[in-house]
Amino acid sequence: MEHVVIIGNGISGITAARHIRKLSDKKITVVSTETDYFFSRTALMYVYMGHMKFEHTQPYENWFWKKNRIELKKGFVQHVDTTTSSLHFSDNSILNYDKLIIATGSKPNKFGWPGQDLNGAQGLYSKQDLDMLEKNAPNNKVCKRAVIVGGGLIGIEMAEMLLTRDIPVTFLVREDSFWNGVLPAGESDMINRHIREHHIDLRLGVNLKEIKDDGNGNVKSIVIAETGEEIECNVVGLTAGVSPNIDFLKESAIETGRGIKVNRFLETNIKNVYAIGDCAEQHEGIGQRRPIEAVWYTGRMMGEALARTICGTPTKYNPGHWFNSAKFLDIEYQTYGWVWAQPKDGETNFYWEHADGNKCININFNKNTNKFIGINTFGIRMRHEIFDRWLTQEQTVDHVLTHLKDANFDPEFYSQYEKEIVAKYNSENNKQLKVKSKSWKRIFA
Amino acid sequence: MKAIKYTGLAIFIAALSIFTATLFLGDFKASKSTINEFIETKGIKSELLKKELLTVISDTKFNNSIAFSSAIKTAINKSNSYYDALIEKYDSEKNWDKKGEQFQYKVSNVGGITYDLAKKSGKGFVVENRGLLWWLTFGMGIIGALLFILPNLILLGKPGIKNDHIYHNAATSRGWIAWGVMIYLVIFYLLLYFAPYYVVNWTFILDPISKALNGGPASQWFVYGFLYCVIMIVMGVRMYIKYRHNKYQIMRTTSVLFFQIVFAFLIPEIMTSLSMPGYDFKNAFPLDYDFFFEWNLKSLTSSGGIGLFILVWGIVLTLVVVPLMVYFFGKRWYCSWVCGCGGLAETLGDPYRQNSNKSLLAWKTERWIIHGVLALSLIMTLVTLYCYFSGADSFIGIKSQWIKDTYSFFIGAWFAGVIGTGFYPIFGNRTWCRFGCPLAAYLGLVQRFKSRFRITTNGGQCISCGNCSTYCEQGIDVRAYAQKGENIVRSSCVGCGICSAVCPRGVLKLENGPEEGRINPTEVLLGNDVDLIELAKQNRKAS
Ligand SMILES: Cc1cc2nc3c(=O)[nH]c(=O)nc-3n(C[C@H](O)[C@H](O)[C@H](O)COP(=O)(O)OP(=O)(O)OC[C@H]3O[C@@H](n4cnc5c(N)ncnc54)[C@H](O)[C@@H]3O)c2cc1C
Ligand code: SF4
Ligand code: SF4
Repeated sequence: MEHVVIIGNGISGITAARHIRKLSDKKITVVSTETDYFFSRTALMYVYMGHMKFEHTQPYENWFWKKNRIELKKGFVQHVDTTTSSLHFSDNSILNYDKLIIATGSKPNKFGWPGQDLNGAQGLYSKQDLDMLEKNAPNNKVCKRAVIVGGGLIGIEMAEMLLTRDIPVTFLVREDSFWNGVLPAGESDMINRHIREHHIDLRLGVNLKEIKDDGNGNVKSIVIAETGEEIECNVVGLTAGVSPNIDFLKESAIETGRGIKVNRFLETNIKNVYAIGDCAEQHEGIGQRRPIEAVWYTGRMMGEALARTICGTPTKYNPGHWFNSAKFLDIEYQTYGWVWAQPKDGETNFYWEHADGNKCININFNKNTNKFIGINTFGIRMRHEIFDRWLTQEQTVDHVLTHLKDANFDPEFYSQYEKEIVAKYNSENNKQLKVKSKSWKRIFA
Repeated sequence: MKAIKYTGLAIFIAALSIFTATLFLGDFKASKSTINEFIETKGIKSELLKKELLTVISDTKFNNSIAFSSAIKTAINKSNSYYDALIEKYDSEKNWDKKGEQFQYKVSNVGGITYDLAKKSGKGFVVENRGLLWWLTFGMGIIGALLFILPNLILLGKPGIKNDHIYHNAATSRGWIAWGVMIYLVIFYLLLYFAPYYVVNWTFILDPISKALNGGPASQWFVYGFLYCVIMIVMGVRMYIKYRHNKYQIMRTTSVLFFQIVFAFLIPEIMTSLSMPGYDFKNAFPLDYDFFFEWNLKSLTSSGGIGLFILVWGIVLTLVVVPLMVYFFGKRWYCSWVCGCGGLAETLGDPYRQNSNKSLLAWKTERWIIHGVLALSLIMTLVTLYCYFSGADSFIGIKSQWIKDTYSFFIGAWFAGVIGTGFYPIFGNRTWCRFGCPLAAYLGLVQRFKSRFRITTNGGQCISCGNCSTYCEQGIDVRAYAQKGENIVRSSCVGCGICSAVCPRGVLKLENGPEEGRINPTEVLLGNDVDLIELAKQNRKAS
């Protein structure tokens, strides 16, 4: 029986394992150093905040693996020997494979800041990071202030977490507005305000110079590069992005760049070795996507596609229209298609913001053809299926706005803003669009 | 703000302590004439019991209801065992006539008799200070609880889901506070159902309100109904604050409050005061399991037009209104918008919703038990109705009285009350609704197989975080569906909407739509554009 070994029990590795099991009878072993069982990394924050216990982050009950004959092995793979098809563990044990799937995810970036390895300086990626944060910042007596370095999605999550323990947070963001490498100015500014409303000390356009030692190897303070200001703190959250977790492959014959180089079939340069999820790097980005996509659902899709390939149906990783979501403190964010921080050539944006300053949408479309390219929506939930369809059908922005009620996904009885949105669009563009009422027929078309 | 909150808590605890302590206060003394009158009205025939009551009880002052009721119970038991012995004696002598004669002297409703006499004999502090005690218990309790709850408007920060520290708090994560609350609630229910004579002092406190509403003194059920409404209103305020950003929750909470206060409480009270049978027009059979009991049918058929109307309405409600509404809106219209049990679960029980068990085993157990209770309630009703119309006392070998008593005891009192509500803090707030309610089982079958209701999963947006499953009071593993891109169509879903509320990615939406496309098994998650036709072809080739 063919033995498929998967390194990494995150979403991509586990999805691959589950689908291989669905499609075949192969022997499957999943290896991980982190935890015995698969858990949802995206939910780490909720454990610290007390919304859930760690066990709630595990999507499958513990009996699931045995029942589905997915063997789990705990251990750290130090070296992959592709000539003998074997994995070498840090405890010197060896595991042979017929097919190897590398799904080792990411690790937090550290840019060589002085003091980055002191006690109290930490990222937020793994279960171990969560445990460490619990130790470093159990309350505001032990942790009098925390400084978070890096204004991305994990940074703001970490800020939200610490706030629930009444720990004052200073948030250092390199850009001059939050996440404005991704978000257009309107949205970015809205989130700036929202962060400040939550009493987070947001510092824009600043970099970390160094982290100072208290003499015992603990964090004492940080220094801001631009101003030289020193801020006393006990915890420094290093959240300046992530990069593929592939150091253990250095000695192997597997080709790597920033990540593990793979083709559209997720095959590496070595036969029978594949890579998926955060650690995989496409030779070329697919469509407008980046070569490395460190998001949840792409890992899942790669796992689905690769399982087919491995079970005899070669299947390209073929992600459809881009989508994603996040939550910034109390504001939910969803995106479908592409909205760039700056409209590209020939594109323009339509922006609407609610008077309360907590909801907005931004639609990116082609100036000349009016073709709808993408939408950012904050504080209003939208239907994925509808936008996916509109993108495939290459609908115009006028069509999208006229039928916007079909896409509304907010809970029943919520106030709806389509009229207001379209009125603004009409007045800006000299049009007379009328909002159509929701139609189940169209939604299920 | 925090200071106000903790002051509120202190006041509430004080009120609760006084409320509990009142049970040990007050004097009980029955005069000879009271006892004689009581013997008369209750038709007590046992000379021994009469003597006991007149000598031991009458004109003796007891210091609290416990001592008083114990004395009465001792008297009754003494008399009962005396006649039991006689019965046995005549039985062994095969003297059937004599044996048969003895039964009339026995008192079967020990609890009821004891309660009634206690109710007549309360004296002293409690009875004389009803107003004061109302303020010290209910009044202070309400004020304290509100002081505890209202500061959340500010303490919770901006509107949004704030489940912070639920799993750090001993009250909400099965810690010692939760166990303490559970024990208190269980004792409360045990007293209410099985030893109401011990809580007779609570009824004194509410006599004035009862008199104003229905003209009569308060019974233990009046206390329960009043307390129920008060708790729901206060905890409803908590819901309004906690979910103030979520209109679905606001509307739903308003609806259950309305139906509880007006339909379950006020209308029946007013009907009673107009000497009609008190009826809760929204309480549908088989949750209202004694609707077809002889005593109810008799009372309805002898109450003229209104009785007949209730009879017809009760049947139409269960057979037509309930399934039709479930078809259009899902069982939520009843369970989360109308029902009293649901109403308490969604207000008092909301802090405990995360304690429901999400395992597959629990789901399997649930299906057996709840459908078992449904079957039992139907069999019981069948037997009862057969016996009612035929005059027999058993049907298919089942004694009507036995099955009614058994059901009332195990399902009506233990399951719905003691376990269903008493165990909120440990097993979650919908234990009864999930495992026990026969109406929920019926609604669930309709919802599963013939309804427009579903929870739509938003394509591929789920990040498997688990908030939805954790906060599903019905123990549904919502995530298991959401992460596969499947809609949630489950018989047990009561449509509380909390999974949708807590989802940080906007994945879930409760909605009523066309039946077609309601259940959507997904081969591939939205966003992964594998060519499905090609895939199907290849699958065929491969197999
Ligand atoms: C706090 C946080 C919040 C996030 N929120 C979102 C979100 O909201 N939406 C979203 O789309 N994405 C989010 N992400 C990103 C998302 O979680 C990742 O893209 C996804 O988990 C990557 O999955 P993976 O399977 O590729 O790798 P991982 O989940 O990282 O799994 C890799 C596993 O491999 C193990 N491993 C690595 N090296 C070895 C070795 N040498 N030997 C043995 N085992 C090894 C690791 O210990 C780990 O368990 C978030 C990430 C974090 C950290
Ligand atoms: S699935 Fe959602 S709506 Fe249904 S009972 Fe559970 S939490 Fe409530
Ligand atoms: S809460 Fe939302 S994102 Fe989290 S598991 Fe449930 S559906 Fe998925």
